[in-house]
Amino acid sequence: MTSATPTTEPWSVLDAAGRLRQDDRIPSGTDALDLQAAYRDMVLARRVDTEAIALQRQGELGLWPSMLGQEGAQVGAGSALRVQDVVFPTYREHAVAWCFGVDPVQLLGLFRGTTMGGWDPRERNFTLYTLVIGAQTLHAVGYAMGIVRDGDVGTGDPDRDRAVLVFLGDGALSEGETNEAFVWAAAQNLPVVFFCQNNQWAISAPFSVQSRVPAAERARGFGFPGVRVDGNDVIACHAVTQAALANARDGGGPTLIEAVTYRRNPHTTSDDDLRYRAGSENDEWATRDPIDRLRALLTSGDHSSQIDEAFLADLAREEEELAERLRSGCRALPVPAAGDPFLHTLESMPRDLKRQMDEHLAFVAAAEGEHS
Amino acid sequence: MSTAMAHALNASLRDAMKADDKVLLIGEDIGRLGGVFRVTDGLQKDFGDDRVVTSPLGEAGIVGSAIGLALAGYRPVCEIQFDGFVFPAMNQIVTQLAKYRHRSEGQISLPIVIRIPVGGGIGAIEHHSESPEAYFAHTPGLRVLCPSNAQEAYDLLGQAIRCNDPVIFLEPKRSYWSKGDVDPSAPSVDMERARIVRPGNALSLVTYGALVPIATKAAGILAEEGHDIEVIDLRSLSPIDDATVVESVRRTGRLVIAHEASQTCGIGGELAARVQAQAFYELEAPILRVTGYDTPYPASRLEEDWLPNVDRILETCDLSLSH
Repeated sequence: MTSATPTTEPWSVLDAAGRLRQDDRIPSGTDALDLQAAYRDMVLARRVDTEAIALQRQGELGLWPSMLGQEGAQVGAGSALRVQDVVFPTYREHAVAWCFGVDPVQLLGLFRGTTMGGWDPRERNFTLYTLVIGAQTLHAVGYAMGIVRDGDVGTGDPDRDRAVLVFLGDGALSEGETNEAFVWAAAQNLPVVFFCQNNQWAISAPFSVQSRVPAAERARGFGFPGVRVDGNDVIACHAVTQAALANARDGGGPTLIEAVTYRRNPHTTSDDDLRYRAGSENDEWATRDPIDRLRALLTSGDHSSQIDEAFLADLAREEEELAERLRSGCRALPVPAAGDPFLHTLESMPRDLKRQMDEHLAFVAAAEGEHS
Repeated sequence: MSTAMAHALNASLRDAMKADDKVLLIGEDIGRLGGVFRVTDGLQKDFGDDRVVTSPLGEAGIVGSAIGLALAGYRPVCEIQFDGFVFPAMNQIVTQLAKYRHRSEGQISLPIVIRIPVGGGIGAIEHHSESPEAYFAHTPGLRVLCPSNAQEAYDLLGQAIRCNDPVIFLEPKRSYWSKGDVDPSAPSVDMERARIVRPGNALSLVTYGALVPIATKAAGILAEEGHDIEVIDLRSLSPIDDATVVESVRRTGRLVIAHEASQTCGIGGELAARVQAQAFYELEAPILRVTGYDTPYPASRLEEDWLPNVDRILETCDLSLSH
C-alpha cells in the first residue's frame, strides 16, 4: 500500500479472473475474511438494492440510491468492523448496513417517506443516513473524541478498544466540512477511519472535477496515511480496512482509504446517467464486478471447495425469501401519526407548538371525517 | 455579591463541569487564553485540556464534532468566538443539530449548547456586532436564550447545559462587564418564560439582551412624564413567551418591541403577529418596532444612532402613546 500517484494502480489481490495473489498484508487467523460469508453478504446486499429499485419503479419508494457495483468495497469494509465500533454512513451504505445487522426493511423507510431516520442508531452503532454531503465526517470525528475521553482506545483489550468508520464519496472530498474533519482527526490523532468510495461520479461530475490527485494522496498533506485500494476486490478492501481499524483502535490515529470503484447505476432512480457518461464505461466496469470475481475464486482452483451447488442453491432460496420480506415489509412500514413531528421536535413541547399541533390534528381529524 | 456577566458565565460553566463530568467545552482560543472575552478563563487549568478543548479554527468542526460527542454521551458547550463567525457552522446547526431528534423519532437528544457573543455597541470592526437570533429562532428544533443580566446569565446557562435539547445561547457582548448580584443558590427561573422587569399600565415595551437596561432607562424617563411603562425581557427567543406579552398588552393596549437586529422577519415581527392574533380588540395603537435597520451592520462610527438607543426608544413610545 504505497503512497499513491496519479498513475499508481490501486492495491489489489484478486483479479477479474478470480486469481488470488498471495500477499502478507492479507490478514490471517481470526482476522481473516470469511470468503463464503463475504460472498453471501455481497449477493444478499445486491438483492436488497435490486428489490429496492423495483419497489421504486412500482411507486412504493419515492427514490432509491443504488449501490450496484460497490458491494466489494462495502462488504470488505463492513466485515472488518467489531461490534463495539461505530459506523457513520452516507445514504448509499446499504451493504455496510447489511453487514452490521441493520434490518434492510428499515433502510426503506427514509425512501418511502415514512420516516426521516428508520432505525435506532444505538442498537447497532450504525448511525442514521446523512444526506448532506460530508456532514457526517465531523460527527465521526466528535464520536472519536468521545472514545478517546472514555479511555476506549489503546488499552489492548480487543473487546474494549473502539474505532469509528465513516463513509464518504469522491464528491465529499471537496466539501469544507470533510477537510475540517481531516484536520481535527489528524491534530488529535483520533481513532477514525475515513472510507472514501471513489465511485468516479458525484451525480454528473467526474472525479476530475473534485481532485487532480488520487483521494488517498490527500491524506499525507493532513498528516496521516492514505491507502488506495481496488474497491471491487472485497479481499483487499477488507484487508486495508481491518489494518486501519486495528491501528485506530490501538491509538495509531486516522487513515484515509480510497476504494476505487464505480457506481454502476444512476446516482438515484431519478437520475439519467446517460446524459453525462457513456454506457461503454459501465460495460467496462461490469467486467470487474466484485461478486463475479469472488465467485470465480470460490468455484475454481485452491478455493473451489468453499462454495458448491448446494451452497448456491441455498443462497438463491435465501435471496428469494429476503426479496419477499422486503416487498411485504416495505408495504407494512407504518405511516407516522400526524402529531409525530410535533412530539419529536424538542424534548418537551413548548406551548405555542402545542397550539399548532392541536390545530393541525383538529384539521386532520375534520378532513378525515369528510373523507369517510 | 456584585459580579460581571462574563464572570457569572464563567462560574456557571465551572459549576456545570463540576456537577457533570460529561460536560466539556470546545471553541477557538478558549484554553490558555480563556476565550477572547475571557468567559472560560482558568477552566482549562482546572479541568484539563480533554474537557476544555482549544479547537482548530473551524466553526463547522466545532459544532459537527459536538454532535459526535453528544452521540457518544457527552454534553458539549461550544463557544463561537463572534456572532459573525457562526455562519460556517450553520449547515451543522440547521441541517444536522436541529433535526436529529426529529430524525431519530425522539430517540436521540443532542444536549449541546452553542454560546455566541452577540450584538453591537462596542465599536467593533466588521462581523463583530451581528444579531443573528432570527435565523436560529426560525429553525425548529433549537432553543434560543438571551440573558440580560449576570444572575440570569448564570442561571440560564446552567439550565441550557442541563437541557437535553440543543440551545443557542446568545450573550450580549456589551453586557459582559455589566455587574449585578449573582446568587448561585437562588431558585431557577422558568427558562421558557419572559420576565416583567418593570410593571406598568400605559404601554408594553418588550426587548431582550443588551437593550433591557436601555429600555428600562427609557421607561424611567417616560415615568417622569407621567407614563407608566411596562418593560418585559423576553429571555427566551425560541420558544417565545407570547403569553406574558399578550397578558401585558391586554392591560396596556400598546406594544413597542425593541431589538438590535434588522427589522424585516425579526423577532419583533413574529411577536407582533402573535399579539394581534390574540389581543386584536384590546390594542389602542398599532404595534410598533424600534430596531436596527435593514442594512448591513454599519461602520462603528455610525452605530450609536443605528442601534435602538434611549432616544429612539422614547420616540417610538411617544408615537404609540399619541395614538
